[in-house]
Amino acid sequence: MIYIFYITLVLLTLGMIFSIIRFVKGPTAGDRTVALDTMTTLMVAGLVVLAAVFDRLIYVDVALIYGVLGFIGVIVIARYLEGAL
Amino acid sequence: MSLYEIIGGLLSIIGASFLFLGGLGIYRMPDVYNRLQAGTKATTLGAMSLILGVGVVKMEDHWSWIVKAIIIIVFIAISNPISSHALSRAMYHRKKFPIIKSSDKNMDAYREVFEKQEREKEEKK
Amino acid sequence: MTYLVLIIGFLLLVLIGAAIYAVYQRDLLYAVIATGIISLVLTALFYILQAPDVALTEAAIGVALTTIIFIITIKNTVRFEDESDKNNQQKPKTE
Repeated sequence: MIYIFYITLVLLTLGMIFSIIRFVKGPTAGDRTVALDTMTTLMVAGLVVLAAVFDRLIYVDVALIYGVLGFIGVIVIARYLEGAL
Repeated sequence: MSLYEIIGGLLSIIGASFLFLGGLGIYRMPDVYNRLQAGTKATTLGAMSLILGVGVVKMEDHWSWIVKAIIIIVFIAISNPISSHALSRAMYHRKKFPIIKSSDKNMDAYREVFEKQEREKEEKK
Repeated sequence: MTYLVLIIGFLLLVLIGAAIYAVYQRDLLYAVIATGIISLVLTALFYILQAPDVALTEAAIGVALTTIIFIITIKNTVRFEDESDKNNQQKPKTE
């Protein structure tokens, strides 16, 4: 059963590598912010999988806080780009 | 292997595949809006499926795994479309229009409203 | 435990790369986004090194508060760093 979680972690790492490449290459500010948003969601999923690998229930709370607060930074950057902060 | 592990493992593999495809789409797509779609829609479905799968697998140990997993799923389902909508709106207000012009009139209806608003602003000045 | 070593190595590489990018980037908005990536990776590192309370604090402060304060600072000052970029400041680049 633990091998399924290893495969999951490998796939998440590959997705994160592609997001980082887009962050470095991206021509506009919107592309970089999209990469940051995707990396936030990937990291929330990865934290939950790591909590299952470590077998500790209390570790899920970190992913919960990250999922609640992670989108505020993206919204602030978007409002700045819109010019209406 | 119990039934919980089989169902949860299948959900986890499906979710991880969608997350990987979201990352790949961010690398491959040509435009900001296409990247936004690949990076938000596919990633939302993938994260929800993966977290539900982990909750189902660990439900044998303790029942509060599935409760916390459902709480995280609800927050992702609320917060991810908000940030996606704010970003696409910001890029539209910076006049970065989609590179592929759609033949469907309804898909680009917001552009006409936007240009009309801009014209009215200039007339007021 | 080898997989943990691999994950920690990958996260440390991303951390150092993002820090160097944030220091050498002229456009301060991109540097702020790189700071967000640094905070994200640092949360995962604290988490893997068995300190979930520190990771919680880092997630609460690093994601929300730091980004908001830096963006407000950029809004009230200039976006481009160098003196020679003054042409860019007067008429800001499209991106």
